[in-house]
Amino acid sequence: MVPTLTVVVGAFQDEDGRPTLGNLEALTSEAALTALRGSLILSASTALIGAVLGALLAYLIVSMPPQALMRRATLAVSGVLAQFGGVVLAFAWIATIGPVGVVTNAVLELTGANLYGTGWLFGLPGLIVVYSYFQIPLMVIVFAPAFEGLRPQWREAAINLGASTWDYWRHVAIPLLRPAFLGAVLLLFANAFAAYATAAVLVSQGQPIVPLMIRQAITSEVLLGQANVGFALALEMIVVVTLVMVGYNVLLKRTSRWMR
Amino acid sequence: MNTRKALISLAATATLLSAAACAAPEQESDTTTESGVDAATATSSEDFGGMEELIAAAQDEGELNVIALPPDWANYGEIISTFEEKYDIEVNSDQPDAASQDEINAANDLAGTDRAPDVFDLGQSVALANTDMFAPYQVETWDDIPDEFKDPDGAWVNDYGGYMSIGYDSAVVPDVTSVADLLGPEFKGKVALNGDPTQAGAAFSGVMMAAIANGGSADDIAPGVDFFADLKAAGNFLTVDPDSTTIEQGTTPVVIDWDYLGAAAAANVDTWKTVVPEEAVVAGYYFQAINADAPHPAAARLWQEFLYSDEGQNLWLKGGARPVRGDAMAEAGTIDEELWGALPEVSGEPVIPTDEQTVTAGEYLAENWSKAIR
Repeated sequence: MVPTLTVVVGAFQDEDGRPTLGNLEALTSEAALTALRGSLILSASTALIGAVLGALLAYLIVSMPPQALMRRATLAVSGVLAQFGGVVLAFAWIATIGPVGVVTNAVLELTGANLYGTGWLFGLPGLIVVYSYFQIPLMVIVFAPAFEGLRPQWREAAINLGASTWDYWRHVAIPLLRPAFLGAVLLLFANAFAAYATAAVLVSQGQPIVPLMIRQAITSEVLLGQANVGFALALEMIVVVTLVMVGYNVLLKRTSRWMR
Repeated sequence: MNTRKALISLAATATLLSAAACAAPEQESDTTTESGVDAATATSSEDFGGMEELIAAAQDEGELNVIALPPDWANYGEIISTFEEKYDIEVNSDQPDAASQDEINAANDLAGTDRAPDVFDLGQSVALANTDMFAPYQVETWDDIPDEFKDPDGAWVNDYGGYMSIGYDSAVVPDVTSVADLLGPEFKGKVALNGDPTQAGAAFSGVMMAAIANGGSADDIAPGVDFFADLKAAGNFLTVDPDSTTIEQGTTPVVIDWDYLGAAAAANVDTWKTVVPEEAVVAGYYFQAINADAPHPAAARLWQEFLYSDEGQNLWLKGGARPVRGDAMAEAGTIDEELWGALPEVSGEPVIPTDEQTVTAGEYLAENWSKAIR
């Protein structure tokens, strides 16, 4: 509560504490709009990539017997990787496919192709790839229980009534899973939207996403007195995340009816 | 009233209040030394009754907080360890990689605690915007410092400066003589700028250098932004933030940065060369100041005396920076001749943007930089 209030109050104050709308106006500058667009693209694309690939992976491991080593290992690794964001992850990627990364050099020697190209890793495309690395495992963790919640009896009942596998999926499983899936997409969206440390290490030029623009507003030694614009940018993020979380809660309520 | 509800709201209120109360406790500030001198208002070593007394007062405090001093930047690593050994005072070096504005933020956030920074080393615009936070002090070598490099009262003093330069690994790329060379195909994916120019002073000066090389001036930074847009379009611009580590790894074979940082890189990479392009000489000085709320006011003043002594100035020079007393020391014969002679050659009249020009150029960059390097 206190940090949120600080942000809201700060967003409507100028440097000397007088009320102003100037900070909100700064949100309509081209740079700020580009950053917001970047954040939305990054969050939406990694949420979709994470949700689709994560759901497939979750299905595969849930189909295994509960004691299977592969299943337990995948779940455990997902638990670790879902939290494997931040500085370490960024450096891992730089060391792998950065300008002099291990894989970059190996591919260059073997095929002559330059994976690194002109630096895509250090911009929005790089962020999408790197963020997927923690989004997919997060999806596995949050979505595997939904698959587990599909009772075998439902499938048996459907088949007894003459349904094919396709009919079962189309008319029973997918409608049941849809709210959980969409909820997970929103969770992944919010997760990527708020992530900062990974991007802070990877991207040093331009401010393609909102969290990096906030960094610029607070620490710049070239543009001074921008701290309150930082508050306004944070308020913008709070609004977006609030919308997402409201949607998430609505979906969660619908899902929980079936998962009891 | 429902007891449970009341308890919950009580707990919630207590949580909120305790969060608010978590601010660091105010420290009772008694800065008077044993001999009755108020260190926090002393404006010269005379006020303490001489250097001996100042040293004694600083040793009583026993500690010095510095912030944003990277060990590989202008030789600060050695400067700190030499100071610690010489005076037996422990130096707490916080956030070595922080930016100038972080120093001011830290001083505000930690004001009144004994963890607040005692001294600042700031870029021009941040320093000039915060002069009311500085305690005026004149070091013993004050008269050696040219007037244009100090505040008349001693609120701030320039400490060391340098020229914007192009550093490069001569084993990887051909020799560089001008800014325009960097557009060549041999530099594909190899040219890095030290930071984002809307954030970092060094990067800002790098764009200024490119502007001047391309027909711009301190008043008109646009050609510099266009140059980097061309560099990006040619695929030559490497958007990695370079430091001595990336230089050693070979990640950043060409770096636009202050010449003294190039000198630090050269210490570990034999083939590293640094050139100040003669068509675009941009100079910049950093600003040294004492925090008016310094928790260790005597140690802060002793640190200044040390930095501006012959020893301190030569240590900066050892890091490739040009100490502010350099010319006076060269005349007096107290400078390290070998190091002084080894600095990159500079010809032409250097451009030093004024504060006003910096603000105007900064605004232009805020609007156009992201677009240019997209």
